[in-house]
Amino acid sequence: MHDSSFLTHFLIYLGTALLIVPLAKKLGLGSVLGYLLAGLLIGPSGLALISQGEDVLHFAEFGVVIMLFLVGLELAPQRLWEMRGPIFGAGGLQVLATTLPLAGFALGLKLNWPSAAIAAMGMALSSTAIALQILAERNQLATPAGRLGFATLLFQDLAVIPMLALIPLLGGQSAGQGFDWPGAGKAALVVGGIVVSGRYLLRPALRYVAATGMREIFTASALFIVLATALLMQTVGMSMALGTFLAGVLLAESEYRHALETDLEPFKGLLLGLFFISIGMSVDLGLILGHWRILLVLVAGFVGLKLLVLLGLGRMFHLPKPQRWFFAITLSQGGEFAFVLTNTAQAEGIVPAEAAGLLVAVVALSMMTTPLLLIVHDRLIEPRFSGRRQPAFDAVEDEGNPVIIAGFGRFGQIVGRLLAANRIGVTVLDHDPIHIDTIRKFGHKVFYGDATRLDLLRSAGAGQAKLIIVAIDDVEQSLRLVDSVKEEFPHLAILVRARNVQHAFELMARGISVYQREIFESALLLGEQALTQLGHGPYAAHKAAQKFRAHDIKALQKRYQARDDEEKLISVVREARSQLAQAMSADEEEYQLKVTRDSWR
Amino acid sequence: MSILFQFTHPYPHRSRVNRVLLDAVRDLPNVLVNDLYALYPKLHVDVEREQALLRESDAVVFQHPFYWYSAPALLKEWIDVVLEQGFAYGPGGTALHGKIWLHSVTTGMGGDAYGPEGLNQATMAELLKPFERTARFCGMGWQAPLVFHGAHEADAGRIAEHGRALRSLLETLG
Repeated sequence: MHDSSFLTHFLIYLGTALLIVPLAKKLGLGSVLGYLLAGLLIGPSGLALISQGEDVLHFAEFGVVIMLFLVGLELAPQRLWEMRGPIFGAGGLQVLATTLPLAGFALGLKLNWPSAAIAAMGMALSSTAIALQILAERNQLATPAGRLGFATLLFQDLAVIPMLALIPLLGGQSAGQGFDWPGAGKAALVVGGIVVSGRYLLRPALRYVAATGMREIFTASALFIVLATALLMQTVGMSMALGTFLAGVLLAESEYRHALETDLEPFKGLLLGLFFISIGMSVDLGLILGHWRILLVLVAGFVGLKLLVLLGLGRMFHLPKPQRWFFAITLSQGGEFAFVLTNTAQAEGIVPAEAAGLLVAVVALSMMTTPLLLIVHDRLIEPRFSGRRQPAFDAVEDEGNPVIIAGFGRFGQIVGRLLAANRIGVTVLDHDPIHIDTIRKFGHKVFYGDATRLDLLRSAGAGQAKLIIVAIDDVEQSLRLVDSVKEEFPHLAILVRARNVQHAFELMARGISVYQREIFESALLLGEQALTQLGHGPYAAHKAAQKFRAHDIKALQKRYQARDDEEKLISVVREARSQLAQAMSADEEEYQLKVTRDSWR
Repeated sequence: MSILFQFTHPYPHRSRVNRVLLDAVRDLPNVLVNDLYALYPKLHVDVEREQALLRESDAVVFQHPFYWYSAPALLKEWIDVVLEQGFAYGPGGTALHGKIWLHSVTTGMGGDAYGPEGLNQATMAELLKPFERTARFCGMGWQAPLVFHGAHEADAGRIAEHGRALRSLLETLG
């Protein structure tokens, strides 16, 4: 019955999430709190719908792991290097300044100093999942607060490694072993391996997969990369999220970035939700109710301490005043790592079970305070600052190009090159990986992806762009894209390459007025050159071609209007042909007449 | 003396006079024929090429029909974009100094229309003033223009004679 309980559990999680989260959002509580509450509801402390939910929740952890991968994708390696100041500076200070008082407090509670040290270190870390989720949801990642918060979180993730290494040492049980050189060596090897394969193996591998043209296989490889990296890191005792973050950074400048983001986003969202549900479930309501006074004090003190340290940090690192509280609140909770650390410490016998239970409760409760504090911030603190608007800072994301080109074949490239030559930023999407490879060699920035997908378009900046050029050669896809864009991004001007007359008609039916029949102008030009070769003066040939062009465009309109009625269509076409002949011959006659009337043409 | 012959007629195959005049001089050894409408049917003049030709020439002859008291539009475009500051005028703009500017113009109407009492209420000298001023502004010598009146009704003989006149003018120029 193992299988069916897995499914039942999954069903319950999904169902609860569906119910509670929209409600929470509507009440202004935020999705994180919603998931936490959902977990509380269905967990042992609530309706006890689930008592042993480990199977499903185990892979909820991957929500965090995927999230870090996606975060890494957004960060080019160079920028990461530029951030080393804030990472070690702010991050280091935050961990230190938070750990010391906490350790002191724990010692004061008569805990032995190894326990105190462990507990304090684990609690000093914030919840990457919650904090990043908040930053991303509110689109604050590009602001100074967002950047500082991100740097701090990054350091915390790095700090996990030595912390985990310290536990056995502090436990005293394996005190005689000394530093685990082989372990450290293995870890270094794995990290090195990830960096090397990221640089030299991943992109060719992705290209190979992309060349099959099967979307689901690409999605599978995206997941594979994340999972493989995570597991590799886990086997050498390092943070999984750190490994996938690294992998993400290595792929940040590749043409597959947008496609990877688009494919993994839904997984991340869902799994993160499950992750928070699991935290909610781990809250022992009985324990809380039993010790509620102590817990209240503990949580208040804990979050208060963190807020203080973070506010000070914000000041030290010159965050604009209006952002300091937001920064502090966003990182003021305890992190999921505290659970991991506490578990491990308990297993090593360093931390007694009851203390561990309290710690978990404090951390979980502190996680719940963050959304609530944010509400306070939004209602009370922020309005006090909103009078003094700070100028907008440059977004870390340097896209924001006014033009998107979907399809970078022969047609799209000419358009793109003309725009680029006039210094207009162009974001290019194409779905042929071999093609992209060649184009990138010439220095163009192309992203791999199926441009007909809305989420990809959004990720490529369609929401902020001014116009999109649909240069796809496949008529079906082209029309589908036009329809999607019209609906989802109504502000976006649409310019389309029309493969043939039929395609042009379909475009006209959709109200597209700016389109070019892909072969028309060039055929016309060759015809003009033919006239010249036959003895027409170039200017006369040019004029003739222009006349023909104007006539043909008008005739096309008439054909469009008659397209449903075959008889009418036939007569229209015939008429057009005779009209053209007339127009061309009239010129000659007219000229003769006019000459005798003292005019010239 | 090297002569740049700027032939400016949009429809040469319909031309009655200009074409004959062109044929009358094209084989002269020191004459370089530059058919503007053939070269720039979209009116996108290659400025560098034109300026290079001007530098190499001692005289520029403009052969064109008299459209609406002026030249066909491409010649105006040519003047607008080729006679740049720094090339034709202004500081360092001495490239054309001392060169000769000559108009060879054909008009549809007869000569009697171009006089103070005529239909046009002005002489050709007056009507060509803008070109004259342009030439002088660029430091060029304004040659008395050669004009063929009554192109609409002229007979082949008269046209041919005028062609010979143009030829000998170019031969003895300078």
